[in-house]
Amino acid sequence: MVKTSVARDEKRKTSLDETVIVSMEHVNKWFGEFHVLRDINLRVVRGERIVVCGPSGSGKSTLIRCLNRLEKHQDGDINVHGIELNNDVKNIDEIRREVGMVFQHFNLFPHLSILENCMLAPIWVRKTPRAEAEEIAMHFLTRVKIPEQASKYPGQLSGGQQQRVAIARALCMQPQLMLFDEPTSALDPEMIKEVLDTMVELADDGMTMICVTHEMGFARRVADRVIFMDEGQIVEQNEPEAFFSNPQSDRTKLFLSQILGH
Amino acid sequence: MASNGTSKQRSAANNNEVAFIRQEDAPILPPPTISSGPAGWLYENIFASMLDYSSLGAAVKSILMTVFTAFVAYVFVVQVYGLLDFAILSAVWQDPEEQKRQVCWTVEQGGALPNGWHGACWPYIIAKTKFILYGAYPNESLWRVNSTYLLGAILLAWVMIERLPYRKFVAAFFLTIYPIFATVMLTGGGFGLSQFSVGVNTIAGLALISFGRAGKAGWITGPLLDFSKVAGLAGWFFIFFAAALVSVGVDFDLEKIDTRDWGGLLITLVVATTAIVVSLPLGILLALGRRSNMPVARTLSIIFIEFWRGVPLITVLFMASVMIPLFMPEGVNFDSLLRALIGVTLWQSAYMAEVIRGGLQAIDKGQYEGADAIGLSYWQSMRLIILPQALTRVLPGIVNTIISVFKDTSLVSIVGLFDLLGATQSTIADAAWSTPVQASTGYLVVALIFFVFCFGMSRYSMYLERKLNRGH
Repeated sequence: MVKTSVARDEKRKTSLDETVIVSMEHVNKWFGEFHVLRDINLRVVRGERIVVCGPSGSGKSTLIRCLNRLEKHQDGDINVHGIELNNDVKNIDEIRREVGMVFQHFNLFPHLSILENCMLAPIWVRKTPRAEAEEIAMHFLTRVKIPEQASKYPGQLSGGQQQRVAIARALCMQPQLMLFDEPTSALDPEMIKEVLDTMVELADDGMTMICVTHEMGFARRVADRVIFMDEGQIVEQNEPEAFFSNPQSDRTKLFLSQILGH
Repeated sequence: MASNGTSKQRSAANNNEVAFIRQEDAPILPPPTISSGPAGWLYENIFASMLDYSSLGAAVKSILMTVFTAFVAYVFVVQVYGLLDFAILSAVWQDPEEQKRQVCWTVEQGGALPNGWHGACWPYIIAKTKFILYGAYPNESLWRVNSTYLLGAILLAWVMIERLPYRKFVAAFFLTIYPIFATVMLTGGGFGLSQFSVGVNTIAGLALISFGRAGKAGWITGPLLDFSKVAGLAGWFFIFFAAALVSVGVDFDLEKIDTRDWGGLLITLVVATTAIVVSLPLGILLALGRRSNMPVARTLSIIFIEFWRGVPLITVLFMASVMIPLFMPEGVNFDSLLRALIGVTLWQSAYMAEVIRGGLQAIDKGQYEGADAIGLSYWQSMRLIILPQALTRVLPGIVNTIISVFKDTSLVSIVGLFDLLGATQSTIADAAWSTPVQASTGYLVVALIFFVFCFGMSRYSMYLERKLNRGH
């Protein structure tokens, strides 16, 4: 029922290795005078699960927001799913079609029902027929375990449910890559688990994911690689086991001692 | 040992206060209803505030409330009774002997009514109804105005009643075909066919539509592809324009009625409806333009909005009626109603734009980002995500602006158009009906007609607000 975008993939000519889905080379970005991303180099291969952590203001949200042009990088090359990210609107649109994003504050559309929230992008961006879009939406709503809420409005749902709808909404575009920008930071403690469980299931299904999160348990359990950022730079990256048990840099040690301290 | 014992006792006592285990659930009770029904409502909302004498302060407050309530009730009753007395109880209703003004004269003034009489003179309004509603529009052609009203009312009701089918279709008809129909019906049409302009529009339209089709079929590549996406829509606009030109150009054998003969409620409705219907989309475009990242669009929108908002409507109307003819080539006569229409509409658009911009600013940045992230284009995200929310939020402001322009249309009387107020005022000057109550009666009717329309709009907007409320 849920068709993958094989045909589209075949058409696309990629200069990069087929398995590399994100590549950032010497990426720099400034907010005014402030150098928020400093010489970022990152490669993510298909199916990889990456957790980005670091103190607030370290540029981790900005990093993933650069990947779908919610923020514009000023220097360096970004290539997503074989498409170069530049000022060409066509490229930006194409990348956004392949990249799903989940926000801290859900950003569901409050004037549309849950089902309409999920059907919107398939209908208007993918030009999927209505009936098929509804089928896709119900499929993913079932997958995040809230098909029964389909006719409600976002304002009637709990935070955890809203975030799961947001995940389903992004999945309805059947993206190649999912970006999570602190998906659990705005949630009450008892709702964090249901969202993390959904993300773990997604990871188990082989989705390529980049998650900015403070949930170190999630990182330990799911991540292939943990990236630690501070002051706009990637300071350290490693497999989770090594990252948590044997951090190398002093800044990483300090950060880990602060968040794991209690 | 002893001290040890006391401390233990103390901690036991403390534990007794701190620890608590509920043995059975507290009962779930209905709310304490002291009052229900109309009597309960009156008690809770009016009398409860006057009946508390438990302390000196409460007694003073209760007495003040009593005095104040009595005063308000007195003023209300006196005013309402005064209005009822004037408009209904003491009013003169008939003029069987066709005495005209004498029917509303007191004995003192030479009539038959008791001295000191003060009431509405309805025979005067009945005699002037046609003029108040239609101005000098020829009697034998009034059916054209009435059928235009009737069709407009049916279409509007159809769009507003949710249970009816094809509402979008009817709305499209209302906004495209109906204005042409109304123009032909009201003016008589037959402005003459300019084969050249109809031809040019048709050819341009057909060319653009085929270009759009070609783009869709994949025959066009490169930078022209983006253009082909809007070409189809633009083409239909040209075709529509050509069709409109033909419709008002063809002679339907209707009597031509110059807009100088239009008047009364007809002018008010024509000016207000046009201004409202055109200013809403124009205002949306201007508001989006003013918030756009494109410097040219933003600057043009700001200049437009600030220019029209910085000029009083009276000045706009004077400029439209005095200045525009100066710039026109000799012999070109620009209809004075059309000039006023354009002036009011553009002026209104600037206000509408600012109201809508307020709504756009109230939308959280996350909504824009959410729409961007799922891949919607700028126009898609505006149409599907941002505008529905922004317009809902500023609905009271939009309706406020609409009601305000509806009433402001009475200003067109200063450029020689007889709108509802102007037409009524001119009947007040009619010596054949000259009585001391002539003006009061006339203005009462004007106020009533304005109130019915404005109150209707206000109620409809409240209904819309309730309907669009999503509880966020």
